[in-house]
Amino acid sequence: MTNKLLDVNGLKQYFPIKGGFFGRTVNHVKAVDDISFHINEGETVAIVGESGCGKSTTGRAVLRLDEPTEGSVIFDGQEITALSKSELRNIRSEMQIIFQDPYASLNPRQTVKTILMEAMEIQKIGKSKKERTERVIELMETVGLQRHQMNRYPHEFSGGQRQRIGIARALSVDPKLIIADEAVSALDVSIQAQVLNLMKKLQREMKLTYMFISHDLGVVRHISDRIIVMYLGKIVEMGDTKSIFEKPQHPYTKALLSAIPVPDPKKKSNRIFLRGDVPSPIDPPTGCRFHTRCPFATDLCRTTEPTLERKDKEIDENHEVACHYALDIERGIHKAQYEMHNAREVLDDEDEVIEA
Amino acid sequence: MSNIEESKFEVQVDPVSIAPVNPRLKNFKDFYGRLRKNKAALVGLYVLIILFFISIFGYLDTIFGFTGVNSNATNLAEKLQKPSAEHWFGTDHLGRDIFYRVLHGMYITLGVGFTATFLAAIVGVPLGIISGYYGGIIDTIIMRIMDVLLAFPGILLALAIVSVLGGSTFNVTIAIAIGALPQFARIVRGSTLTTKNLEYIDAIKALGARDGKIIFQHILPNIMSPIIVNTTLFIATAILSAAGLSFLGLGVQPPTPEWGAMLNDGRNYMYQAGHITFFPRYDDRYCCSCI
Repeated sequence: MTNKLLDVNGLKQYFPIKGGFFGRTVNHVKAVDDISFHINEGETVAIVGESGCGKSTTGRAVLRLDEPTEGSVIFDGQEITALSKSELRNIRSEMQIIFQDPYASLNPRQTVKTILMEAMEIQKIGKSKKERTERVIELMETVGLQRHQMNRYPHEFSGGQRQRIGIARALSVDPKLIIADEAVSALDVSIQAQVLNLMKKLQREMKLTYMFISHDLGVVRHISDRIIVMYLGKIVEMGDTKSIFEKPQHPYTKALLSAIPVPDPKKKSNRIFLRGDVPSPIDPPTGCRFHTRCPFATDLCRTTEPTLERKDKEIDENHEVACHYALDIERGIHKAQYEMHNAREVLDDEDEVIEA
Repeated sequence: MSNIEESKFEVQVDPVSIAPVNPRLKNFKDFYGRLRKNKAALVGLYVLIILFFISIFGYLDTIFGFTGVNSNATNLAEKLQKPSAEHWFGTDHLGRDIFYRVLHGMYITLGVGFTATFLAAIVGVPLGIISGYYGGIIDTIIMRIMDVLLAFPGILLALAIVSVLGGSTFNVTIAIAIGALPQFARIVRGSTLTTKNLEYIDAIKALGARDGKIIFQHILPNIMSPIIVNTTLFIATAILSAAGLSFLGLGVQPPTPEWGAMLNDGRNYMYQAGHITFFPRYDDRYCCSCI
């Protein structure tokens, strides 16, 4: 049995909305609302979902960059949420983060060498300045940069190179877990592949564990072992990559997967169009959060919240889904209330009626 | 012939591209290069440097008496004279040479301006950073105090402070500095708020850096430009305010030759001898426009 490196239980992250005359808290944005998952050592777990569903917030809460409202985060047997500031500082070298925007994640006033040296100094890695400098060169070569670029400033590098510097900074303190927050989304496709392959290579060599936050399902399929699908602060489906891609069970996951472009112009895509927008996380829908947009929703969905559990006993044992009708939809017992594949036409018709 | 060879040699070996460039030196070169393109700024800079040395000379002259002139000594026989070869800027109502008074008063006026500005920056910048970085109740307290200061016009506030503390060069400096505090604190707070939400600050937090390190090594260097701009702009204002306060009789006390005070002295004789006010006034404006 593999070792659980990260175990998140009942994590909630609410951000207060200040308002009124005295700046009182009038409401909360429920960015992450009671989620539980774990990541095994050496594994890559991807968190996917559309923007605003709480993916990044989860990553930040695990690192305590934002203080989680509730819940427990156990990393390597230690309860992160209970640590004091100085205890947290000591454990920081174990988990690192790579950010989305390579232009904002490096201090423009520091050279690459200063950035990497500083990281090591904070975590007291390497005994002397000489030792650290050697390690800087080693790190730069690891991520595919040249040693003579050491004294350059971030603005002298391209986007892909900057992201490599970001990766080098994360690696400089020998972490076990790396949270990659949309790490390749800002790069163009050819560079994405390079950086992803670098990350895979590093994982093999340094036995890293990745929590890979992304909205790009193509990338996720390439890199991850397991996938967590989030919608509006909740986990709707969780399972092995293969199982999720081949047998998605939640209607939301199905819609998400149908949106992946197929590189074949002749193949007719069977895209599922969802109606409406994502509801506000300030006042999320009752029951199943997806019911406002789900073609299969019934009264049960509007009142009772489904639990995340294993539904279909035949498929992979790790595959869990939060839907009342996951099985019935699968067997064709429960039908959609409206046609999901031609929503665009239906909307056009409605527009015509309104105009007339 | 030898000239041509030399120029060829220069083309072949470009010392800048070959020698390892110190990043700081490179930054300075960039800065100077940009400055050189802006003729007005360059002229301003040179004049300012010259003025700076003149004011130091004026200060040393009051102590060591290189010129042998006591600009405070009155000579009623020569009062209200027009500019001449003997008295370049003429004399005032007590027969004092205005050229030497302008020279000797320069360090006071410029000194008050610079000191007040740097005092305001030294106190205002930390206040702004603390307020922006920590936010919450600390932010509210600091910014409300700044709002109170901001509610009064600068010169009125300085007047009130000077009338409480009493008129002297030091008190004028303090008064002007306090008047400038909110401006510094607000600008710095705003820049801090923008900077602290950038991802590189999160990255360094994730590495476990302490607040002091984050503030001094990551936030401060990145908000320097607005601070520098504001400081330079405010020096001019401070010089004018200092002269203004002295003019109102609340600043430097007579017979010290401060420019504002000289203006005030000359005011009564403006119609008979316009030159008395002309020189202190235009020197004052001149300094400010150079800055």
